[in-house]
Amino acid sequence: MSAVVERISQPVAAPVPRKAARRKSHFTPARLGLYALLVSSAVFFLLPLYVMLVTSLKPMEEIRLGQLFALPMNFTFEPWVQAWSTACTGLECRGIQVGFWNSVWIVVPSTIASIFFGALNGYALSFWRVRWAGWLFGVLMFGAFVPYQVMIYPLVRTLATVNLFGTLGGIVFIHTIFGMPVMTLLFRNYYAGVPIELFKAARIDGGGFWRIFFQLMLPMSLPIIAVAVIMQMTNIWNDFLLGLVFAGRDNLPMTVQLNNVINTTTGERLYNVNMAATMLTSMLPLAVYLISGRWFLRGITAGAVKG
Amino acid sequence: MSTTLPRPQPVRRKRAAAAQLALLPMALTVLGVYIGAVLWSVRISFSSSKIFPKNDFVGFSQYERLFATERWTVSLHNIAIFGVLFILACMVLGFFLAVFLDQRVRGENVLRTIFLYPYAMSFVATGLVWQWMLNPGLGIQAAVRNLGFPDFQFDWIVNQDKVIYTLVIAAVWQASGLVMAVLLAGLRGIDESLWNAARIDGVPRWRYYLSVVLPQLGPAFGTSFVLLAVGVVKVFDVVVAMTLGGPGNASEVPAKFIMDNLFNRANVGLASAASTVLLLTVLALLMPWWYARSVQSRKLGHS
Repeated sequence: MSAVVERISQPVAAPVPRKAARRKSHFTPARLGLYALLVSSAVFFLLPLYVMLVTSLKPMEEIRLGQLFALPMNFTFEPWVQAWSTACTGLECRGIQVGFWNSVWIVVPSTIASIFFGALNGYALSFWRVRWAGWLFGVLMFGAFVPYQVMIYPLVRTLATVNLFGTLGGIVFIHTIFGMPVMTLLFRNYYAGVPIELFKAARIDGGGFWRIFFQLMLPMSLPIIAVAVIMQMTNIWNDFLLGLVFAGRDNLPMTVQLNNVINTTTGERLYNVNMAATMLTSMLPLAVYLISGRWFLRGITAGAVKG
Repeated sequence: MSTTLPRPQPVRRKRAAAAQLALLPMALTVLGVYIGAVLWSVRISFSSSKIFPKNDFVGFSQYERLFATERWTVSLHNIAIFGVLFILACMVLGFFLAVFLDQRVRGENVLRTIFLYPYAMSFVATGLVWQWMLNPGLGIQAAVRNLGFPDFQFDWIVNQDKVIYTLVIAAVWQASGLVMAVLLAGLRGIDESLWNAARIDGVPRWRYYLSVVLPQLGPAFGTSFVLLAVGVVKVFDVVVAMTLGGPGNASEVPAKFIMDNLFNRANVGLASAASTVLLLTVLALLMPWWYARSVQSRKLGHS
């Protein structure tokens, strides 16, 4: 466990290099079998992506032929255009672009707010002694496991009382609250690896709580902030339940709109448009994933190793 | 760099006022949301609330009503089957993928990217894609039949007895990458010299994995299990997207039951009872793990 924590607190270190004797390349049956298994697993994982892509580029006549895996014969981008600008998401038919912008408006403030509070909490917990903080932190960690359903109804009523229910501010607030446990844990683990001499030196230099935070700790936290941004952007963008309940009809995120487009249509189902809409919704998190690579992985293992 | 830095007494109490102020949001969140909202929900479960919360006290009658509701018992049954299959499949698949990737294969980065990308997608997208692929008339069943196997059957998604397995397939596709990532990180933390020593002793590689690697991966397995288990209890998005609980009630799950009763059917008291049961289940799952971890960290001298 300590090995993993150490790795987190050395964010720019590459994974432990393996020093083994150089083997000459060999193609034993075992080796070939290994590659065969890996490739077939890769096929299993890639299949839905392939089907999504291929279906979204076919006209409906081809889809009705029932050849799920065939490449498109009459290649067309029309389903994508339709999904983006004219698909029906409930009462209006302005396409899923509405959901896209709603999600952007939700994700950006929520990410910034939840990371700020996570960093602040992590910093205060790591370097300062506050009597009740340890206990509160413990309950916060426990809270990360509680299913949302247990807390949703009281939150709905509370937000309704202060007129925040169904507003953009409301959903950002909710995401900030529910992001606090993981973000606080992330930063606390990171700051645990910062030498206390640094902090003490800053104190001797006359730094107070806030000055040390903004001028020393935050700038030093860029690697973990990167990880946090990736985690929060992905998780908040992909969220469905909280957006469904708290965002209100004008701010429904893309995931909710996507479900509306596909599962609540009357008349003929346009499978190509559906798949195009699904791809559009998945593009941002997939892009973040592909670009961030190793950082995404770090986010998972850091968030996964609790305590 | 040691992680067991004992923190010498930081600050004088005066200066800590700023720290207290800074931690106020966290305090409010913990007290107001994680404790307050939970307690409030539990309180409502003991009342006869329908659309609006009522302040009366009806003992355990909501719970009795709950367990007499067929949709609820079906959902519990489903979540149990789903949970066992999903966790088992993810752990096994994740473990083998991690082990295979650890064999110094070429293209490891590409393969790892492929195995993990489903985890970056939303559950809704996953449910929708698999719903499409498992469509009997136009999906996999039709495609294979068109290839010349007219009797091929894969219409599980509209079959009341088999629909739960389709959910398992979609969920395993999404989450095995996560288990693989966690286990691979664990594998990479195992000292290479152990394998060299074992090889000198003539121990075959599979035996090495069985007797040396697996035990050392204990914590990683534990972490994966907890992550998966918590996900199982919460599973909602993928069901709504893929089957909407259908056909009929055949793929109903507790989280969806609660949401339906809370918002669509105005049965707040009943839904609160159900969510309390859900909470207790999560606690029951977590207690052994927390206990094991606190024992372990006490043994290692951390705090």
